[in-house]
Amino acid sequence: MKIKADTDKCVGAGMCALSLPEVFDQSEEDGTVVVLDPEPPEGLATGVRRAVNLCPSGALSVEE
Amino acid sequence: MTEATPRIATFPVKRERAFDPPDLLRRWQEEAPIRRMTYADGHEGWVVTGYAAARAILADPRFSTRPELLHSPIPQRNLRLQNMNVPPGFFIRMDPPDHTRYRKLLTGQFTVRRMKLLEPRVEEIANARLDEMERQGPPAELVSAFALPIPSLVICELLGVPYDDRAKFQRDSAVMLNLDSTLDEVTAAMADLLTYLHNLVMRKTADPEDDLLSGLIAGGELTDRELAGIALLLLVAGHETTANMLGLGTFALLSNPPQMAALREDPTLIDNAVEELMRYLSIVHLGPIRAALEDVEIDGHLIRAGESVTLAIAAANRDPERFGGGDMLDVSRSAHGHLAFGHGVHQCLGQQLARTEMRIAYAALLRRLPGLRLAVPPGEVPMRSNMAIYGVHRLPVAW
Repeated sequence: MKIKADTDKCVGAGMCALSLPEVFDQSEEDGTVVVLDPEPPEGLATGVRRAVNLCPSGALSVEE
Repeated sequence: MTEATPRIATFPVKRERAFDPPDLLRRWQEEAPIRRMTYADGHEGWVVTGYAAARAILADPRFSTRPELLHSPIPQRNLRLQNMNVPPGFFIRMDPPDHTRYRKLLTGQFTVRRMKLLEPRVEEIANARLDEMERQGPPAELVSAFALPIPSLVICELLGVPYDDRAKFQRDSAVMLNLDSTLDEVTAAMADLLTYLHNLVMRKTADPEDDLLSGLIAGGELTDRELAGIALLLLVAGHETTANMLGLGTFALLSNPPQMAALREDPTLIDNAVEELMRYLSIVHLGPIRAALEDVEIDGHLIRAGESVTLAIAAANRDPERFGGGDMLDVSRSAHGHLAFGHGVHQCLGQQLARTEMRIAYAALLRRLPGLRLAVPPGEVPMRSNMAIYGVHRLPVAW
């Protein structure tokens, strides 16, 4: 699983960082998504998919 | 068309039961999650009560939030939308890219991590309110003693607005959010608050402090008028919303003893409980409203360019297709994905602040006042059916 983040689309709502802080953080400067682990272990796959789905702006996607 | 113009609201805001969406919305939801609705000025638009369609429209850039394009099902509100001059910086009423520019200047201030740093101060504020309630002894009026002061104090400190001026901004924002306010009343309240905030910006420009407004001024990217418009938005949004969730949420828990007991027994449920209370209560109970910028097909319905769509969040958050048993308050449910903070690029900027405030305030209230109860019969609690943000006007409690 590979996570892609589009910081131009990101609106800094923080849903990803809230739901899966092991994988997602936010930039100190403008609050946009920072992917801490772009290829997270399989054990986090469900959490990643949920975070991607929760993203309000469609900034996140995964390649399986 | 004039003859057909409805003189009364075509969208229900009066809830038959304190916590449930108006029955008419649920009936619409059963019949068709997206349907035609005639607006207050005769405009033939739409109303969406289904979760999936509401979420899709909120995320769709082909829908606009600019007031001059919108119609409202509430007559006074309609007049106000069509005549609203959006103040510079008031980005909730703007589409991208204008919206994006303002929002990006602020998002760094409202991250999950930033809000974590605020926790000790929010805790202190909540405990100070409870100290005061205990000192005065029961009964107390929870909105004025607890629910309103906590978010008011927090947003004032964060922005750098003197809390001592609260009588003024709380009055003006109440006028702005009252669905019955006339165009003149709203225009005057908004102008009044903007003048106050503009003066504040000028004071802070001369004499900066350690707060969000001073930081924005130092950034140098915004004019004084834009700064005042941003401050207006954050100040109004920052205290009315959380205050009403705290008041109404407490009323809901007090009316549902098994859920209150579950939360008291297992305080780790608080994160869940906050999301569930937001879903269950959906305090933004009119709209949001959007207008199609081009023809859009949703669920087999063709929404034509220019048509308004009212998204009935309170109904969508109870949609049985998304939330099974959604008419029950269940603090152990995973309510993630609810639309109470909206969805799409306008999803609440301050949501992580609101979560922090709610978690801390509800937890402190339950911990400190184990005997908390209503001091009046539930039917006597005055509900905010006439406000854009639903809740309780007052909540008399004892303990």
